[in-house]
Amino acid sequence: MAVCIAVIAKENYPLYIRSTPTENELKFHYMVHTSLDVVDEKISAMGKALVDQRELYLGLLYPTEDYKVYGYVTNSKVKFVMVVDSSNTALRDNEIRSMFRKLHNSYTDVMCNPFYNPGDRIQSRWALLPVSDPVQVGPAFCVLLPSFCRTCLAILVAKMQPFGKQGRKGLFKL
Amino acid sequence: GQKMSLSVLESMGFRVGQALGERLPRETLAFREELDVLKFLCKDLWVAVFQKQMDSLRTNHQGTYVLQDNSFPLLLPMASGLQYLEEAPKFLAFTCGLLRGALCTLGIESVVTASVAALPVCKFQVLIPKS
Repeated sequence: MAVCIAVIAKENYPLYIRSTPTENELKFHYMVHTSLDVVDEKISAMGKALVDQRELYLGLLYPTEDYKVYGYVTNSKVKFVMVVDSSNTALRDNEIRSMFRKLHNSYTDVMCNPFYNPGDRIQSRWALLPVSDPVQVGPAFCVLLPSFCRTCLAILVAKMQPFGKQGRKGLFKL
Repeated sequence: GQKMSLSVLESMGFRVGQALGERLPRETLAFREELDVLKFLCKDLWVAVFQKQMDSLRTNHQGTYVLQDNSFPLLLPMASGLQYLEEAPKFLAFTCGLLRGALCTLGIESVVTASVAALPVCKFQVLIPKS
């Protein structure tokens, strides 16, 4: 599974970096930084290539002896970089693509958050929960949200019960 | 006064436009040139927000685009003709910001203004300065 995930803004500064082995994080930061050159190369190569070959997923950027680095760029020139363990050969291309797709969805949700200013570092743990644990890119977020909504709805319904007796004023006393 | 409130509305539209510019073009491939981005605004963005497409897009190929909507949904229920012409800018400020925000996420700095000759026809002018 992925050992490091990074979201880089279009001005090439990091918005979010997370790696599993919390010791020696600097090595992954450096790896992500060097991979940005390769990403830029691929983007400019894509610009000159034929129309049909334009794609968001960039594929394998470069392999090192221990790790492989994959890239993905969005329409708004925000780049996602993922570092995976080379020893995990069972990881297929379409799995990497689906991980990037989930990351893209989470990033879009962060963008739509009205309390988030575009260009800030991503502090929210909720938003990137599906990918914040790089080992398990799982449906953690989907499990938490419905139960949260259900409890909110239950509270709202309970508060709304005496609506008829108190009239309109009762509605605002949450 | 009114100018302050218009700029507040426009900045609200800008933030929403930024979010939409991230969410809407998700599965479509990267845009090749400015005209593609403008076409995306006229078709996908307008359909997502107003459930209809923009009626016409004109350009002078030098950074100025005029988007015309012949039955703008925010002005349609108000009047038809010259009545309420001076109230119209309030309803257009948010939409100008929306266009500017979406363009900004897609990498294009622009200035968007709107003008109304007769309700409900309105024109949005997008000026993209050449760098």
